[in-house]
Amino acid sequence: MTPSYRVIPDRLVSPFAKALKSWESLLLIVAVAIFIANALASPYFLNAWNLSDATFNFTEKAMIAFAMAMLIIAGEIDLSVAAIIALASTMMGVAMTMGFGTPVLVLVGLGTGLACGAFNGTIVARLGLPSIVVTIGTMSLFRGISYIILGDQAFTGYPADFAWFGQGYVVWVITVELVVFAALAVAFGVLLHRTSFGRQVYVIGNNPVAAQFSGVNVARVKFILFLLTGLMAGVAAVCLTSRLGSTRPSIATGYELEVVTMVVLGGVNILGGSGTIPGVVIAAFVMGLVTFGLGLLNVPGIVMSIFIGLLLIGVIALPRLWAMRRRRA
Amino acid sequence: MSILRKALTTAALASVLLAGAAQAETKRIALVVKALGIGFFEAAAKGAEEAAKELGDVEIIYTGPTDTTAEGQIEVINALIAQGVDAIAISANDPDAVAPALKKAMDRGITVISWDSGVAKDGRQMHLNPSSSPLIGNMIIKLAADNLPEGGEVAVLSATSTSTNQNTWIAEMNKVMGNYPGITVVGTVYGDDLADKSYREAQGLMQTYPNLKAIIAPTSVGIVAAAQAVTDAGKAGQINVTGLGLPSEMAGHVKSGASKSFAIWNPIDLGYAAATIAYNLSNGATAEAGGTIAMGRMGDVTLDDNLEGAMADPFVYDASNVDEFASIF
Repeated sequence: MTPSYRVIPDRLVSPFAKALKSWESLLLIVAVAIFIANALASPYFLNAWNLSDATFNFTEKAMIAFAMAMLIIAGEIDLSVAAIIALASTMMGVAMTMGFGTPVLVLVGLGTGLACGAFNGTIVARLGLPSIVVTIGTMSLFRGISYIILGDQAFTGYPADFAWFGQGYVVWVITVELVVFAALAVAFGVLLHRTSFGRQVYVIGNNPVAAQFSGVNVARVKFILFLLTGLMAGVAAVCLTSRLGSTRPSIATGYELEVVTMVVLGGVNILGGSGTIPGVVIAAFVMGLVTFGLGLLNVPGIVMSIFIGLLLIGVIALPRLWAMRRRRA
Repeated sequence: MSILRKALTTAALASVLLAGAAQAETKRIALVVKALGIGFFEAAAKGAEEAAKELGDVEIIYTGPTDTTAEGQIEVINALIAQGVDAIAISANDPDAVAPALKKAMDRGITVISWDSGVAKDGRQMHLNPSSSPLIGNMIIKLAADNLPEGGEVAVLSATSTSTNQNTWIAEMNKVMGNYPGITVVGTVYGDDLADKSYREAQGLMQTYPNLKAIIAPTSVGIVAAAQAVTDAGKAGQINVTGLGLPSEMAGHVKSGASKSFAIWNPIDLGYAAATIAYNLSNGATAEAGGTIAMGRMGDVTLDDNLEGAMADPFVYDASNVDEFASIF
């Protein structure tokens, strides 16, 4: 006879069931549905080169979205990211006209991003001002500097090897930008979900006062998050400038809202406290697939914006409606 | 394999090949504009459709981004490359930023031309300007002279003294003055493209030159302000205001008699010519310096060393047609 055991579960819901009901799986289903719909709607969709081209619709924005997701989880926001791209790109152009080569250009781009991030971070974290107000201000400031330097002119004639970042391929159809995107996704995933720094970000987003009393250096974490967001805007600036092969002060106009849309669509609570990097990765693909798929059908851009808007409201409203129904039942 | 089966396979194969051939015969030409929802471009699309009807085997894809951004146009271009369109005719938001994407399109065998707002030389096969400086310079003095059979004094109301376009046109006008005996240009004033300053300068002209018969304003701001000044002075019908203006802004002044006629490019003709050129280039015509390309009812365009060509004289608007175009742009 074997003794009978009474199993006491250490979890009330199995991790598998929990994963099934999560935001990410809902989003993944949406992504797969859109992929299939696209493949059925257009004969040009299932083509490796076309899909490769389509990744450019989201890679640069997604790079920033990873850092932005952490910032929003911590209860802050950075609306100056598109302006940072403009300034970083302009600075790269200035360095290019001074005759510097590709390595220096990249360093200048990343350095400008870091400097802008440090500027935002100092004002928000050290002076304790609301980040939405501060970054609306720096949004005009950074792009303004870019307009002062360039006016209605453009920087063109970047070195040929500089084009590798935004126009190059690693192997076959895998673009350099896609590899950078994937590497950053893993890096940010580990940082947010596998380090104590990541836990601190969640704690701050849920209750900054409690975090402070628990010994978390709130100001320092926030400063680092702004620094990271600035750096990612710098990375995006290198990629975008390389892809366009030129700089104008109007570069990346409106990117900040698309980045925030991506983050919110990815399931990050806009009020802070929750959200995941895998969610943002899937959201990036969803947005890229939607814009490219509708583009293949030559759907006018304004209809595309309406579609993205409805998608966003839909995915935000659905869980809320679901919760309300369950409470009533 | 039975004979029947072999025959069936052959028939199926042949029908597939035939279907492919039939599909390849229809040329798909994409008319890419700065942004959708702009009257000028809607009119150009109308012209392109007219060309398609005339050519018979053409499908026009009228498309563009929601905002006038280069990034938005690149997404559109990538979607068009993916669909394997035969030709792209673009009015670019940025001459440099869209060039890499268009180069890729040309690498994949797509005919690329720019019209209205050009693309850097290496990003297109040719560029179609609506008109040229000599044609514009001649047209503005001709419009004044046509209404002055006995000759008389005319004055020029320009934009700023440093406006490249206006200065070039006025210089070209001075070159052909010999063809218009009896017409004397008594002075040139600058309204800086500001409505109120242009208005005062026009008033000044009327006081300084009591025998003034016409005011030539080669700027859309100046021409409206001058027409208003002439109307307010009660001299509508005595002093003819002409130059370059927009039908929507000038319709009232044409009706009041302050302006007998004025000129600007005709967007319908421009769209028609762009579509026809794109069609001819993708059917084997070549774009080379000094060569010509047929534009259907618009005649032939001659290309300069920069592979740019001018479509035609600016189109003249008067009481007979201004209302029709006033609703367009």
